Amino acid sequence: MEILYFARIREDIGLASEHLALPGSVTDVAGLMDYLQQRGTNYHAAFHNRNIIRIAVNQVHAAPDHPLRDGDEVAFFPPMTGG
Amino acid sequence: MKIAVQDQDFDIAAEIRDLCAGRTDIGAVVTFTGLVRDFQDAGQKIHKMTLEHFPGMAEKQLAAICEAAEQRWPLQGGCVIHRYGPLTPGERIVLVVTLSPHRQAAFEAAEYIMDWLKTNAPFWKKEETTETSHWVDAKDSDSENCKKWQKKP
Repeated sequence: MEILYFARIREDIGLASEHLALPGSVTDVAGLMDYLQQRGTNYHAAFHNRNIIRIAVNQVHAAPDHPLRDGDEVAFFPPMTGG
Repeated sequence: MKIAVQDQDFDIAAEIRDLCAGRTDIGAVVTFTGLVRDFQDAGQKIHKMTLEHFPGMAEKQLAAICEAAEQRWPLQGGCVIHRYGPLTPGERIVLVVTLSPHRQAAFEAAEYIMDWLKTNAPFWKKEETTETSHWVDAKDSDSENCKKWQKKP
């Protein structure tokens, strides 16, 4: 699956995107965040406060309990501040 | 409605001219323009702002918001243009234009589009002062502003 990071989360992790095979234990977005968070201090910094993370699956806003399939594009970003 | 996400500036008068060209049924044109301010709410001077966006999703979200506005009010078209990239104080960030036979629908639709754009369109502002740069925090008041639209008119 393709994972995209934007704004503060992109800077915390140090990547704009990465390709990842969906780990067998992960069934939803919350599980993916748990998995990513333990990959290093940069991921921990990005994901430890879930209140300030917004999610899009295949470019549609999604909740943490949104189910995932391999091939999905998942984006993580902070609350939006455009306009 | 026309949707554009672009790094270049826009010309408000030209947009209105294009939207109204050859039409005589439009009674009201409302425009909202968002600009880069040179101060933070805390009082610090801002020298530069950079707007990051999610290409593809940004356009889709703006289109979805405009579609919802068109279902709610009798609009005759309009546009949303949102810029990205580095901007300096005084520069234009966003333009919303709504057209309707009567002003109330055009005013309300423009406000509705801006309220939803603020909280749902994937754009992020980073401000630079003389000492630091930081991501702008989302405001609770922006989410509050969307709640008033949950009641049907």
